[in-house]
Amino acid sequence: MLFPESNNKRKNRRVVITGAGIITGHGNGWHDNAEGFRSGNVALRPVTLFDTSRQRVSIAAEVRLPESAPDTLLPIKQVRRLDRAGIMLLHAVHQAYAQSQWNAHEDTPVIMGTTSGGMALGEVYFRHATRSPAKHRGQPTRAYIYQAQTQVRLAAEAVGCYGPITIISNACASGANALGLAWEWVHGGRADRVLTGGYDALSELVFTGFNSLQSLSPTGCRPFDAARDGLSIGEGAAAFTLETLDSAEARGAPILGEITGYAACIDTHHLTQPHPEGDAAVFTMTRACRSAGVAPEDIDYVNAHGTGTPANDGSEAIALRRWAGRHVSSLNVSSTKAGIGHLLGAAGAVEAAACLMAVQGQWLPPETSINEPDPLCEFNIIRRPMGSKIEYALSNSFGFGGANATLILRRWS
Amino acid sequence: MRKVYINGTGCVSPAGWGVDGLHNAVFNNSPAPVHELERPGWEEPLKMRAVPRLSPPPAFLRHPRLRRSSPLTHYAASAVFEALKVGGANPDLSVIPQNTGILVCLQSGCVHYSYRFFNEALDNPATASPLLFPETVYSAPASHLACILQRTEIVYTLVGDPATFLRALALGAGWIAEGRLDACLVVGAEELNWLLADALWHFDHHAVPSAGAGALFLSAFSECSDAIELALVTDAFTYNSRLNRHEAAVRMREALPPGSGNEVLCDGREGRTLKDKIENSVWSGWPGARFSPKATLGEGFMAAGAWLPVTACEALKDNRYTAANVSVVGNDQQAIGARFIRHAGAGEASSRAPAGDGAA
Repeated sequence: MLFPESNNKRKNRRVVITGAGIITGHGNGWHDNAEGFRSGNVALRPVTLFDTSRQRVSIAAEVRLPESAPDTLLPIKQVRRLDRAGIMLLHAVHQAYAQSQWNAHEDTPVIMGTTSGGMALGEVYFRHATRSPAKHRGQPTRAYIYQAQTQVRLAAEAVGCYGPITIISNACASGANALGLAWEWVHGGRADRVLTGGYDALSELVFTGFNSLQSLSPTGCRPFDAARDGLSIGEGAAAFTLETLDSAEARGAPILGEITGYAACIDTHHLTQPHPEGDAAVFTMTRACRSAGVAPEDIDYVNAHGTGTPANDGSEAIALRRWAGRHVSSLNVSSTKAGIGHLLGAAGAVEAAACLMAVQGQWLPPETSINEPDPLCEFNIIRRPMGSKIEYALSNSFGFGGANATLILRRWS
Repeated sequence: MRKVYINGTGCVSPAGWGVDGLHNAVFNNSPAPVHELERPGWEEPLKMRAVPRLSPPPAFLRHPRLRRSSPLTHYAASAVFEALKVGGANPDLSVIPQNTGILVCLQSGCVHYSYRFFNEALDNPATASPLLFPETVYSAPASHLACILQRTEIVYTLVGDPATFLRALALGAGWIAEGRLDACLVVGAEELNWLLADALWHFDHHAVPSAGAGALFLSAFSECSDAIELALVTDAFTYNSRLNRHEAAVRMREALPPGSGNEVLCDGREGRTLKDKIENSVWSGWPGARFSPKATLGEGFMAAGAWLPVTACEALKDNRYTAANVSVVGNDQQAIGARFIRHAGAGEASSRAPAGDGAA
């Protein structure tokens, strides 16, 4: 029963990650992505999925999809109907599930974040409907697979996960909100396990949208650079299996890390611009730390939202200073968007994966493309690969419409 | 755990801006008119039930945030203001608890702006309007509502099939029950254009799409002597290779109380034998009154998902009814049910809903 819940549920349970799957411009799977984040590789390249010749910008962090889909419970006929977004989600979910060694055929809840679902397929539908209105072949399938609930349902079914599905679409905070809500459910006793994550694929509508807002960088995004000139779009997916510590220990599952805190709120300043002083970001970072029982000085690494736009990075830099106070100068900060672009609804989940890799590998992800840090940044911007002791990592995600979210991850030892 | 009450309902539908329109259409079996919807490239138009234009426009549209917002946002805002019992250009927000959550549920989202923007993008991406793009984002309506209401702590946009609205009710109610929120607004909304109607046509040539919104204002405290309580929301029975749509509906039905002669069922029937087969089968033998808003208001997607519980709450204002079951057998994701109970108090309940079967 979804409501009311049992009065007997145990609260304040520790929530651990026992499986993580990821696909981005860095590659498919943990190894390629960990190496990409650790070394600060830049995956931006010319867009091949659609024509960008009439746009200001023509680069993005496209995923090089593997030639074959993973071997799952989903019939091959169903897999062939999936679009790019669905295939990426399938890869991420399959990796996470395989790593967790969860059993198939469980009614585990699923919480996923996305901003555009199968938008690229929607674009095909649109073109077909407007240019060939008398031809209907393929249109029902497009309309069906386009919907986020179909993609998430099929990806979950592919690994034998049959539980209730919740899809959050809070713009660029969607992935972080999905992980955060999943954490709340396990932490608060609403579920023992949750399959969660975020995904978004590159689409012409979204790319053109950011281009129309003059938000895209023609040269590649350089978050927190004094001369930053915009963001770069990326695509990908990340998925996680979250469960209680008791559950993981009882079955002897390897634990990758722990999620210890989460907070979210809305910045009502403007639909597309953050509050210049970063009020909402200060709120979510403070509240997330409180829920994790840590202070700013306990945070060893901040994976900033850091889009590379003048407004976002300026606001976030001020927010970090306000939140960290006198500890700001010792704060290690970077934005992995410098390497893989902005993954929109997948960003929060993929960046949580980057944090997980960092706390597990004890290294800091650098931004190798930054030239001259913005003087607003009173923190250490990680500019070259380096090892470091990391106990806690904090990940920020801010989105269109003011959706703000902060996650805190802890090393498992 | 605290109980959760419905402290207000709001609605926009092809029957008008307000719950009264829905009330008249559903309980008096007065279907909203069917209009033609031009489908470019076809000789034959599509059909739709349109939300009537309001003239003059509602005062809340003067809010700066709503200047370039979508019809969907207008519907959602109107339903929310009605549920909160506030209105005007400068609504009194003091009646809303500070820790009020906002959950907005959508299936198709802001299709008007998406259509216009992509049209421009295909024509010439270099000149596509930056004013249109932000409104294409699923979360734009929730952001506008949060801004207008100045409630910022828990604001989520949920996407899915129409049963998602009940999923959101459970989520908001759970937060209230455990004391995290004192109140929560749950809104389901949808707008319509020819492209969405075209998509529906590919699955069902005879369906009549529509648009609108429904909102429930959940609270830990009832303001009425006759309190309506959200008693339960069933599990979400997800469709998959092991559980087809019919089987999911059966399990949802089994998770709800069997009902009695003084109880109401609000379901998703459209008044068409083939389309209604599952719900007719699953709910055969229902002993009480039965209302089917989609039969008179059309296929409103997520808005229809919200109209069902709004109808249930309206029916419970009639003191002949003590409880209402809501049955949502979603298009392509899940079946979920809910149950509302009226707790009779000292006050006189209004008696507007007749007994009967509201399906055409």
